Amino acid sequence: MTATAPAKKAPGEPDKTADERLLKTSLPRKLLGRPELGAVVGALAVFVFFSFAADSFLQASSLSTVLYASSTIGIMAVPVALLMIGGEFDLSAGVLVTSSALISSMFSYQMTANVWVGVGVSLLTTLAIGVFNGFMLTRTKLPSFIITLGTFLMLTGLNLGFTKLISGTVSTKTIADMEGFESAKVLFASQITLGGVAFKVTILWWIALVAVATWILLRTRAGNWIFAVGGNMDAARAVGVPVIKTKIGLYMGVGFAAWVSGQHLLFSFDAVQSGEGVGNELIYIVAAVIGGSLITGGYGSAIGSAFGAFIFGMTGKGIVYAEWNADWYKFFLGAMLLLATLLNHWVRKRAEATK
Amino acid sequence: MTEDEGHPVTEDEGRSVTEDGRHPVTPLPAPLIGVTDTGAFGAGRRSAPRHHPAVQREGHDFVARVRTWAGIALAAVLGIALTGCSSTGGKRAEDARKAQAQGRAAVDTPRWTIGMVTHSGDGDTFWDIVRKGAEQAAVKDNINFLYANHDEGKEQAQLVDSYIDKKVDGLIVTLAKPDAMKAALARARKAGIPVITVNSGSAESKEFGALAHIGQDEEIAGEAVGEELNKRGRKKALCVLHEQGNVGHEQRCAGAKKTFDGTMQNLYVDGTNMPDVQSGISAKLQSDSAIDTVVTLGAPFADTAVKAKEDAGSKAEIDTFDLNAKVAAGLKSRALGFAVDQQPYLQGYEAVDLLWLYKFNADVLGGGRPVLTGPEIVTEKDAGRLEEFAKRGTR
Repeated sequence: MTATAPAKKAPGEPDKTADERLLKTSLPRKLLGRPELGAVVGALAVFVFFSFAADSFLQASSLSTVLYASSTIGIMAVPVALLMIGGEFDLSAGVLVTSSALISSMFSYQMTANVWVGVGVSLLTTLAIGVFNGFMLTRTKLPSFIITLGTFLMLTGLNLGFTKLISGTVSTKTIADMEGFESAKVLFASQITLGGVAFKVTILWWIALVAVATWILLRTRAGNWIFAVGGNMDAARAVGVPVIKTKIGLYMGVGFAAWVSGQHLLFSFDAVQSGEGVGNELIYIVAAVIGGSLITGGYGSAIGSAFGAFIFGMTGKGIVYAEWNADWYKFFLGAMLLLATLLNHWVRKRAEATK
Repeated sequence: MTEDEGHPVTEDEGRSVTEDGRHPVTPLPAPLIGVTDTGAFGAGRRSAPRHHPAVQREGHDFVARVRTWAGIALAAVLGIALTGCSSTGGKRAEDARKAQAQGRAAVDTPRWTIGMVTHSGDGDTFWDIVRKGAEQAAVKDNINFLYANHDEGKEQAQLVDSYIDKKVDGLIVTLAKPDAMKAALARARKAGIPVITVNSGSAESKEFGALAHIGQDEEIAGEAVGEELNKRGRKKALCVLHEQGNVGHEQRCAGAKKTFDGTMQNLYVDGTNMPDVQSGISAKLQSDSAIDTVVTLGAPFADTAVKAKEDAGSKAEIDTFDLNAKVAAGLKSRALGFAVDQQPYLQGYEAVDLLWLYKFNADVLGGGRPVLTGPEIVTEKDAGRLEEFAKRGTR
């Protein structure tokens, strides 16, 4: 929104005589150079499109549903985008969410412990899985695709195997009557009513994660390390960037976000299905890519991933509001995503040309 | 309304098409195809001479060549489609059958909107039949019928939320993952939208405030299978689960195990990968020749089990849950022993019709208990009649 309007006022000549790094760039030009620009324009286009195509899309309650759907994708898309900027993938991100919920629920239930104990154990476990992914990756130097594919399959099996072994069925037993459930629910799965419309707390988590990730990327040394590691790992190591620490940290970030998402699943639905989450990892990756993160690493943004998730949420629910036949749902979804990405690409190229 | 008036195919007209065996459809598409045909071919020829001389521009030459070939291929396909008519089966026979299942609204109540959200995966044959039943009732009851599905609980709940946002007049949902749907149904109740649950969730339906539940109790269905196997004198059976982690599937096998006097083992296969299903079953049959019965949990897997049995050289009887055209044909030819039908068409049809009755007359069926649509044991005796309906896609 903010980025399209200044596009016309940007033809000022840059002063090439001075060192370009010391140049003071104007705000519009700074915005034009941002990776998320295309995603913002894409999101705007999808929004306008469904505002016309679907009557009930613009209601406050519909927007709350759309934002909720976007937030459940967006919470995971943030660390996945950071990881992608750092040059790696995580295919285990989708099932890790389910693992996190299962661990928390089953630990509390079996130990008859306060629910918060399970929540803590779950956090430690997901972080440990992140460390495992990062450690295996940096140690073996195998592509992250292979390492995390292995983790993905192992977690899928563990989720089902352990759940059946412990609970006897494929879903966990309800923990809604246990101590600490209500307070944990407030943190992970409550609703905030604004003007008669209930908004899910995941939206706040999403915004907070985007803000923290953006601050890390743009204002801290760790942020520079992430860009450096993704851009050229050997060069980064040569100038003293702690490559191993950075990558392990990025995978732990995915673990943390998976913990948040998993706890949300658990506390909004009481019980967890062991077989879910498979396939979602691709959606997180797509959200990050639409948001302007390069698959090859070294470029991207956290805000972009938020807009990518927003495009996904709007498209997924917009199709329902527009009453399009569900048989074509996946086609529409794919076509919208492709169009949004193409628009994104086109806008970025134009923006770079005017720089 | 307008949609219904657009297809004024009455039952009589539908039947006359089948009886005289003519093709009232052919005169219409013929000129249509003719136009596209020359259009595509013409485009290919027009572009070819313009680009061919410019050999140095290899890219354009290539594009032109591709276009020419594409034109030729398209023309050929259309030509074959035009001339090579089949006098049996195919789309025409299907259309003739289908003609009977259309119609127009039989009531003049306002056009209410009813949304249905199921836990079906994409392209599932079973849910297609449920949906057909619902659509048929919607036509008759002058209802604007919306349908959406997702196999993950969270997403399914969001779809229900979307329909509540749309302020539909009635909701039909499945409760395969009841915990995930609880909040969404509470929201529907708050918004004053009547809900009917179908297929799965008989235990939770009432608690969640639904008007009625229409479906089959999976455990009772399993028990019926166990009893039927006893009647047939079976000793060692295999229960093939094609979806790991599906509670309903576990219940079916558990129910069968409960009443079956012989021994029964569970075998897990990956239902999305048919070759895996086949090799999994045949490996099991090869390793244990004492198995004399294989029970599959879905109609598409019965046929695969028959192939697996042939691969393994086993003499086991194949029985299955659910019905489709192939299963009906298999029953008729005695390749299959029996099928347990839960009448999915009825689940969709009744759900829409009951919501209409509730809106129109505040009628509720079932008296607070599930309305059962199964289990119905189908053997070769009933297969002949059912095969026709199954081919039509309503059984």
